[in-house]
Amino acid sequence: MLAIECIDVAKSFRPEGDSPFRRKRGKVAALQGISFAMPEGECFGILGPNGSGKSTLIRLMCTLLLPDSGQMRVFGRDVVTAPQEVRRLIHRVSVEASFFKKLSAQENLDYAAGLYGLDRQTARRRAQEILDRLGLPRAKYRAPLEEMSRGQQQKVAIARALLTSPTLLLLDEPTTGLDPRSRRDVQAFVEDIRRDYRASIVLCTHDMQEAQRLCDRVAVLRDGRFVALDTPEELAAAHGGGQGLEGAFLALTGEDPNDEGELDA
Amino acid sequence: MISLRSEGRAMGAVISRNFSLIRRYLGWEVVFAFYNAVNALTIALIGLAEPGPGQGERVLYLAIGALLWNFLSVLFFEISNSVMWERWEGTIEYSFMAPVRRITYLLGVCAYAVVYGLARTLVVLLGIFLLFHLPLAHADIGGALLVLAAASLPFIGLGLLGAIMPMLSAERGAQATQVIQGVLLLVSGIYYPITVLPHWLQTVAWFSPATYTLTAVRQAVLQGTAPGALLTTMLGLLGAGLILVPIGLWAFHIAERYALRTGKLKRNG
Repeated sequence: MLAIECIDVAKSFRPEGDSPFRRKRGKVAALQGISFAMPEGECFGILGPNGSGKSTLIRLMCTLLLPDSGQMRVFGRDVVTAPQEVRRLIHRVSVEASFFKKLSAQENLDYAAGLYGLDRQTARRRAQEILDRLGLPRAKYRAPLEEMSRGQQQKVAIARALLTSPTLLLLDEPTTGLDPRSRRDVQAFVEDIRRDYRASIVLCTHDMQEAQRLCDRVAVLRDGRFVALDTPEELAAAHGGGQGLEGAFLALTGEDPNDEGELDA
Repeated sequence: MISLRSEGRAMGAVISRNFSLIRRYLGWEVVFAFYNAVNALTIALIGLAEPGPGQGERVLYLAIGALLWNFLSVLFFEISNSVMWERWEGTIEYSFMAPVRRITYLLGVCAYAVVYGLARTLVVLLGIFLLFHLPLAHADIGGALLVLAAASLPFIGLGLLGAIMPMLSAERGAQATQVIQGVLLLVSGIYYPITVLPHWLQTVAWFSPATYTLTAVRQAVLQGTAPGALLTTMLGLLGAGLILVPIGLWAFHIAERYALRTGKLKRNG
């Protein structure tokens, strides 16, 4: 079965500051003619420079945006006509660990579990297991999120996503800005999830080593279009010029993958 | 059955999250409650400024205004700004991505707002009882509470309508809800009869559910009017609620679809 089926999807936005009453500029295309099929159980990587449309694509998958045209299905459910069914199957970890910062990890996770209709005690046990595996000190569990490092917050964000046992996990730059150890912890955990739960994963990243390590196939996004889609090895061989996936990224996008200066579109 | 339990848990999660936030911002809550109580007391004290007969009734007239406005404004503010808090915190995408019906989420927000509004009003009421000896011998408190319960529904509807604005723009939406609240305060006869307003503002007052609520509650408390005689007002308020709540939910749905189409649910702006 296909985890994701994306057929000719396009999305554009009005530039910030353009009022619907006094439109000064035309729409900016964020995604154009995106098509791909992702089999169940695959880890599908999306690489692209800042503003290339990676986060827009993830938002479409998790029903936070409506496509202008085309079709997107998650396990056969259309994201436009059956959003509630899609939402039961997915969860997302974004580059910003978005939480109520004054609340503790436990309070934030209780809230998330409740929204998904989970029993509080079961959810707490599961969250504790996940956070233990991710190496978050137990003493931090009841501390406000604002007192945690970014790496620790991101681990709580991963726990929030896995708490609901999603069939499709959408990881939007989950390791951006993390220290090397936290980055390694998260990557190892993603491998564990794949092995233990056979979850399907979409991973947006700027980290070529991460993509090489975790992804079965990688799509390269540039200006809202896929310019390549293949296994990391094939991409490196075809476009890398002897410099691996990083060389392929440079050749296909003309940009440095390590440039993480701005948050993506 | 399982779905009902899930929706119940989701509603409970929204309420519980908001009370957890109160606990974390406890210092601010104490300050807000103190300010509310002092504000109500200073307004009621105006009733004592003019000596002579009817002084107690004047204080009671003003105190009713302060108490009711405290409850209704908290109700409106908490519902209309629920989306704004989520936008500021950056959690709105996570809440709206969850497989919970929007009506469940909003019911959780409304239930919390009613309980929180009552708690805040109770603090003000205690302050008023401590400072004043109010002539309540003829008051029909039960009738007044029935009117208040009926008035909650249209205010929930107004709050839902107000909540769509912060969804489209966090800052401008919050500004707009403040303006709406200000207009309701001005025209609804909170501290004075609406007959003192310019004629055109009296016309606006007819559209505010608070106008009818205050008139009916004052009749119950100051004149001891029985609930039966206030039935028309109560039914009118319930009727307004039965129109405004579905309109609020429908408008929220339309605004959410617009936000999903234009990308307005993103963290900032």
